[in-house]
Amino acid sequence: MASVSLHSVSKSFGTHAVIQGVELQIDDGEFVVFVGPSGCGKSTLLRIVAGLVAPTDGVVAIGGDDVTDVPASRRGVAFVFQSYALYPHMSVARNIGFALETLGMAKEAVSQKVLSVARMLKVDHLMDRRPRELSGGQRQRVAIGRALVRQPEIFLFDEPLSNLDSDLRMEMRLEIARLHNDLKTTMIYVTHDQSEAMTLADRIVVLNHGRIEQVGTPQQLYHAPDNRFVAGFIGSPRMNFMGVSSQATAGRIVGAGNLSLALASSDLENPITEIGIRPEGLRLVAEGDGRMVCILERIEDLGHEHFGYCRISDDTVWVIRLPEAPSPDRIGKPVGLDFADAAVFAFAGDGRRIALAGLQKMAAEAPLP
Amino acid sequence: MSARLARRDHRDAWLFLLPVIAVILLVAVWPLARTFFFSFTDAYLDEPSVYSMVGFDNFIEILQDRSWWIAVKNTLIFAAISVAIETVLGLAIALLLNSAIPGRGLARAAILVPWAIPVVVATKMWEWMLNDQFGVINKVLSGLGLVDHGIAWTASSSLIMGVVIFVDVWMTTPFMVLLILAGLQLISPEIFEAADVDGIPAWKRFWSITLPMLRPAIGVAVLFRVLDALRMFDLAYVLAASNENVMTVSIYARDRLISFQELGVGSAASTWVFLLVAFVAIIIIGVLRLDKAAGT
Ligand SMILES: Nc1ncnc2c1ncn2[C@@H]1O[C@H](COP(=O)(O)OP(=O)(O)OP(=O)(O)O)[C@@H](O)[C@H]1O
Ligand SMILES: [Mg+2]
Repeated sequence: MASVSLHSVSKSFGTHAVIQGVELQIDDGEFVVFVGPSGCGKSTLLRIVAGLVAPTDGVVAIGGDDVTDVPASRRGVAFVFQSYALYPHMSVARNIGFALETLGMAKEAVSQKVLSVARMLKVDHLMDRRPRELSGGQRQRVAIGRALVRQPEIFLFDEPLSNLDSDLRMEMRLEIARLHNDLKTTMIYVTHDQSEAMTLADRIVVLNHGRIEQVGTPQQLYHAPDNRFVAGFIGSPRMNFMGVSSQATAGRIVGAGNLSLALASSDLENPITEIGIRPEGLRLVAEGDGRMVCILERIEDLGHEHFGYCRISDDTVWVIRLPEAPSPDRIGKPVGLDFADAAVFAFAGDGRRIALAGLQKMAAEAPLP
Repeated sequence: MSARLARRDHRDAWLFLLPVIAVILLVAVWPLARTFFFSFTDAYLDEPSVYSMVGFDNFIEILQDRSWWIAVKNTLIFAAISVAIETVLGLAIALLLNSAIPGRGLARAAILVPWAIPVVVATKMWEWMLNDQFGVINKVLSGLGLVDHGIAWTASSSLIMGVVIFVDVWMTTPFMVLLILAGLQLISPEIFEAADVDGIPAWKRFWSITLPMLRPAIGVAVLFRVLDALRMFDLAYVLAASNENVMTVSIYARDRLISFQELGVGSAASTWVFLLVAFVAIIIIGVLRLDKAAGT
């Protein structure tokens, strides 16, 4: 087990800067998840930790030792690839035990270890098969087994579950969580999947364009995002945004849908230019009630939950999470939206979140300037 | 698929194959059949229409000819040694070109040059370079003080087989490189990365991962080259005509057929060549299990 620290790590391919000045401290035994849009550099950062990619700049340390110039084979890490990268010409047993063959371990001891790992991952009945004779889930288990058998200091996973169907993904997610619970080994995990990130992570690292946007527990990221990017990225369906104009002198902000919020305090230097409210922070109310008006355009019924799509202006449609399906004859009609003060996130022009001390509802009929 | 649909598919497939089958019948099966037929006759080339059937006499006559067995020995030695060298060299160069070295695009193009030169041209070129009086090779060697008088590379009976093998290696290693490189590029780089992270040492990576995964590619390349080498004619003929030290089975057959005008015996020799090549091909396919390896 070991801690990982990255100090002003950068990576460029040619002139294309893929990772830019990343600072990150991962504690021993922590489960850290990298998330971010496609192409933001998650895999590259993970490969830098593994030693498969050399950083252009910066220092990588594992367990307190500078390993920037140490080859991958001597970093004590195990990597699980999205494509599994199993050796296609070897049996499952040999795939799992291959790394041990070179360590000078006795044949007996190797097969003992391989068997115990295979049992743990429930692939012990497949030992003589080739990878191409396995299902996706079984391949993934073998790939994890291959990592496990070496008892690495750090596990690195690059989207290990993205090739599996959703049931299997859920099952494997639980197993990875259980694995971390049992082993208490440091794990770094890259994913596209929100729910994987939220359920597995001790801390989530949100990346964008090769920079860290925010590091924090899943709850911190959800309830207190640092900026608009994180607010929009964490949560599903994503947060609803709307541009607003600040009237700092009048102490309020206004926007489409008859939005008009009074600010308890305001920062003249940094006016609020955008607000966001999560779908679960909105309530559908009768027309005339609530703090905004909109047209209910469409309802999606997923059985256990329902989503309403409300048109607020020509180019803004908000999603509302509804506890139960509203009657269909409300579709196409104006409805009211209500929300608690705490549900409102406010952002400055540069995307930073501005903490709001308190909002006062203004009469929706108040004349708009 | 319903049985009727399957039948219609088969009929369509045959329809598309028909022109190809016709061409093959015309250019391959017909001449082969003629050759096979003539090998049972005592015909001569100047008047092929006059002949009588002689059964297996021609085949037996060839087996009793000392020159035939020398040609067989030469051919097998040539094929085994040249293909072995080409394989090892081709593998080494392919591995080198596959790693991310600067300028490998240029190297990849340059390596093809020897293969693009016609055999006769390349052979003549080397013959000149190896000439004992005017050749550049002897000039360099004597300039370096390694020899005091020019070596007659292509005239010496003990050296000429070496020269033939050398020129063949020079000419056809690029072909080997290309086929093996194609096989190498099919292997996902992540497999090597996985081995790298797992701390597999380089030699074990080569023996236990690269080589087994390249087996189908190497197998096909070796098969192609061996079949080619067994039929080899032009290189040895241009360099040494009918010199017994490098006479291959193809040259032997040609001599019987053209020089001696023996259509019957020459055809029998050609048939033996065909059987020899087929026999070796079957062995190679069996040993390398190429038919099965294709799936891995
Ligand atoms: N070997 C390379 N050469 C050049 N550019 C590269 C290389 N590897 C990655 N990149 C570029 O670096 C950027 C980040 O790639 P990376 O694979 O880290 O993204 P990612 O966040 O893992 O994306 P995804 O979620 O799609 O896997 C991309 O723009 C990619 O095109
Ligand atoms: Mg990736």
